[in-house]
Amino acid sequence: MSKADRKKLLVVIRHTPYGSSLGRASLDVALAMAAFDQAVDVLFMGDGVLQLLAGQDSKAIGVKNIEKLLGSLPLYDIESVYVDAAGAKRYGLDSARTPVPVTLLDAPAINALMADADHLLGF
Amino acid sequence: MIYSLLVLSSPVSGHGARHAATFAHSAIARGHRIHRVFFLDEGAYTGAALSVFPQDESDRLQPWLDLADEHGVELALCISSALKRGMLDDTEADRHEKSGASIHQAFSITGLGQLVDATAHSDRLVTFGG
Repeated sequence: MSKADRKKLLVVIRHTPYGSSLGRASLDVALAMAAFDQAVDVLFMGDGVLQLLAGQDSKAIGVKNIEKLLGSLPLYDIESVYVDAAGAKRYGLDSARTPVPVTLLDAPAINALMADADHLLGF
Repeated sequence: MIYSLLVLSSPVSGHGARHAATFAHSAIARGHRIHRVFFLDEGAYTGAALSVFPQDESDRLQPWLDLADEHGVELALCISSALKRGMLDDTEADRHEKSGASIHQAFSITGLGQLVDATAHSDRLVTFGG
């Protein structure tokens, strides 16, 4: 894909890590975008911030550990990982203990981030 | 304008998939082009060839077949979503030693790279359901 094709993508994740298969599917999309050399940012909003909790153990439910997958995001060259500050506050997320470094954004900053993207992939 | 669609919702629950098909038909009627429809997660059930719909309910498959037949719209099922839901073409059925294909031939089974490609080659990507 040529440089001219490289668009700014924003993957918005609003689903809990294990409540449905979409939590994992949305992360897979973000990783695939990055693996194919796209400029991709990820934004966790609302219930989606639960994906960032530390100390996840998914063995008993027989699915892959989302926390481990998130830890690999920097290896894939994901540009930035953002978290909706209101969601983080609601769920008591400690942004210093997330599996991947995150930046908290308030509502106006989220608006600006979305406006700046060429494509939004909303999950 | 060139559109691609990302369909996340099941064809038989909620309204996302039905709205996606209606959107695609309307966009084409207004002179736009649909480059590709990518079906992910529960959306992968859309390709089921073996579904039977009650006579007094609308057929969830036919609107997609019309898009493929009449307008050459590409219908792509995400491989990881499809396989775990039993949505197989002949190749995957052989590969995994299953009794037969279960998706309609108008659909193809592809990787997430085809979604990446769709974003690169479309002016708009519209997500339905989830």
